[in-house]
Amino acid sequence: MSDVALAAGGAVRPVTTETRAVRRALVAAAVVFLALFLVLPLAAVFAEAFRAGLAGYLAAIREPDALAAIRLTLLVAAIACPANLVFGLAAAWAVAKFEFRGKSLLVTLIDLPFSISPVISGLVYVLLFGAQGLLGPWLKAHGIEIIFAVPGIVLATIFVTLPFVARELIPLMQEQGSGDEEAALSLGAGGWKVFFLVTLPNVKWALLYGVLLCNARAMGEFGAVSVVSGHIRSLTNTMPLQVEILYNEYNFAAAFAVASLLAGLALVTLVLKSVLEWRYGHALSAAGRH
Amino acid sequence: MQIRIQNLRKDFAATAALRDVSLEVRSGELIALLGPSGSGKTTLLRLIAGLERPTHGRIFFGEEDASSLSVQERNVGFVFQHYALFRHMSVLDNIGFGLRVRPRARRPSRNAIRARALELLDLVQLSGLEERFPSQLSGGQRQRVALARALAIEPRVLLLDEPFGALDAKVRKDLRRWLRDIHDRTGHTTVFVTHDQDEALELADRVVVMSNGRIDQVGTADEIYEQPASPAVFSFIGESSVLPVQVKRGWIYLDDRALDLRVDCPDGPAELYLRPHDIDVVESHAGAIPGIVSAVRRQGGIRRLELETGARRTRVEVAIPADQTRSFAGRVSLRPRRWRVYPLNGGGLQSGGDQAGA
Repeated sequence: MSDVALAAGGAVRPVTTETRAVRRALVAAAVVFLALFLVLPLAAVFAEAFRAGLAGYLAAIREPDALAAIRLTLLVAAIACPANLVFGLAAAWAVAKFEFRGKSLLVTLIDLPFSISPVISGLVYVLLFGAQGLLGPWLKAHGIEIIFAVPGIVLATIFVTLPFVARELIPLMQEQGSGDEEAALSLGAGGWKVFFLVTLPNVKWALLYGVLLCNARAMGEFGAVSVVSGHIRSLTNTMPLQVEILYNEYNFAAAFAVASLLAGLALVTLVLKSVLEWRYGHALSAAGRH
Repeated sequence: MQIRIQNLRKDFAATAALRDVSLEVRSGELIALLGPSGSGKTTLLRLIAGLERPTHGRIFFGEEDASSLSVQERNVGFVFQHYALFRHMSVLDNIGFGLRVRPRARRPSRNAIRARALELLDLVQLSGLEERFPSQLSGGQRQRVALARALAIEPRVLLLDEPFGALDAKVRKDLRRWLRDIHDRTGHTTVFVTHDQDEALELADRVVVMSNGRIDQVGTADEIYEQPASPAVFSFIGESSVLPVQVKRGWIYLDDRALDLRVDCPDGPAELYLRPHDIDVVESHAGAIPGIVSAVRRQGGIRRLELETGARRTRVEVAIPADQTRSFAGRVSLRPRRWRVYPLNGGGLQSGGDQAGA
């Protein structure tokens, strides 16, 4: 009897559901916020970039300094990503499969670049490798340039992007344990075969995910790179630095044209990241989201 | 392949997981390592496989000293509790893995590997599932694939670590029978670890009962059950009740009452071990164990009485056929048909009897 009465009343809703008005207000607030802080600026970047038309856009990007910045950015990412892939794999392997002294210290240290301001990371390298730095005189004597040169930019970028791959892999590999590896060993596989046939395939999607995030950050890093770069046009300017220089020169169209490339990269990364999460979510399950 | 284990010891950091264990497994035998968790049974299995290195002691496969061989060189088939199937490989690739990773000189051709894998898949009764991935199989199917994968390398010995531990009761029973069947057909020397005594007693030729990193007893199911070597084995295998008693000149005393149970062990405090179904409820008489019924429960084909006996009101359980319908309440008398006495400080001395007083 009471069931019938309730159903007829029609006003029954689950306890966790709010009234329609509250729901609409919450959704509206989220949408407005998103539009104001994300969509609008993103649209502005592209609108500004194409203000002088497609021809102006292409001209701004084909400008030699801009091309040099793009090339340098690609080069830095091409070095930083593999370096962090190797480091991330090695660190995750060590943390997940072995017990050793200082393990928790290592895990904490891996997160250091996330908690420290990128400007500080850049400064540390200046203090270490700069002309007045700790190793400066020695480097100068041997004719090795690091600060205000490409090696410094690469080092700073590697430092800033260090945690991405390792942080993705450590929880996953810890969760998977070493059962699969032991099985492969008992079946007669040697160390390298175990790694390439069992360990690597087990973490490949998480690895790709980590590298993707690492790449996005490597290309977009400003603070650390800005400190060690010296802003020498067509030599030590990466794309984010080039954007700043152009902007400071009131060359807005060119600044936004280069910025639109970075924004485009961000969008592509976002799509790939979503695809990975959607398609291989189960394989990434233990990995922490960012 | 005969396995001989000599004075094996394994320490993890400061704790000893295995203390001075020696054991001989006969060729073609199916043997169970049985014990509670922390008894060292899995450690012993992993030492035989080479997945752990012993702190001390040796392991022989036949005449060969396998102690210094690596896991790969030992050529053992190992089946893990959680299957450890390679999730990114099909069932067929999983089974063929051990053959595919062999060095070129000893590696069979691609077709031969496939044929062998299909043959093993047939042996474990999973034909038709070769293209499936592990995630598409049930637990029981996964464990059968894992066994096929272990058999593919033609192992010298087959080692199984709680192979049915993660499966539900029904599947477990089926797989148990099926494993015995496979063993009888392939004839591999097989060692498996379990904490399930039914599994061990039903499946194995001989059972190794372990506790605290030591072997308590090695024997057939009958020997383990009928002549437990220690109180630990008695109470671990099957159900038991324990009564504190005194031995005086060969007679057992409960409090001040002489029971008509004779034993052949020195005077002093001792423990009387009884199994619920080895006790009769009898007419009251001088040599019986007096008890007060505190609860009666029906359990399938038996009726279970809970009693309190003696001055210390020790709990004793008695199982009698359910068709005995006389009412059990208040004071009753018990007479054990089978029992064992272990002196409290006699260091392994023991005595037991059937139909005492007969």
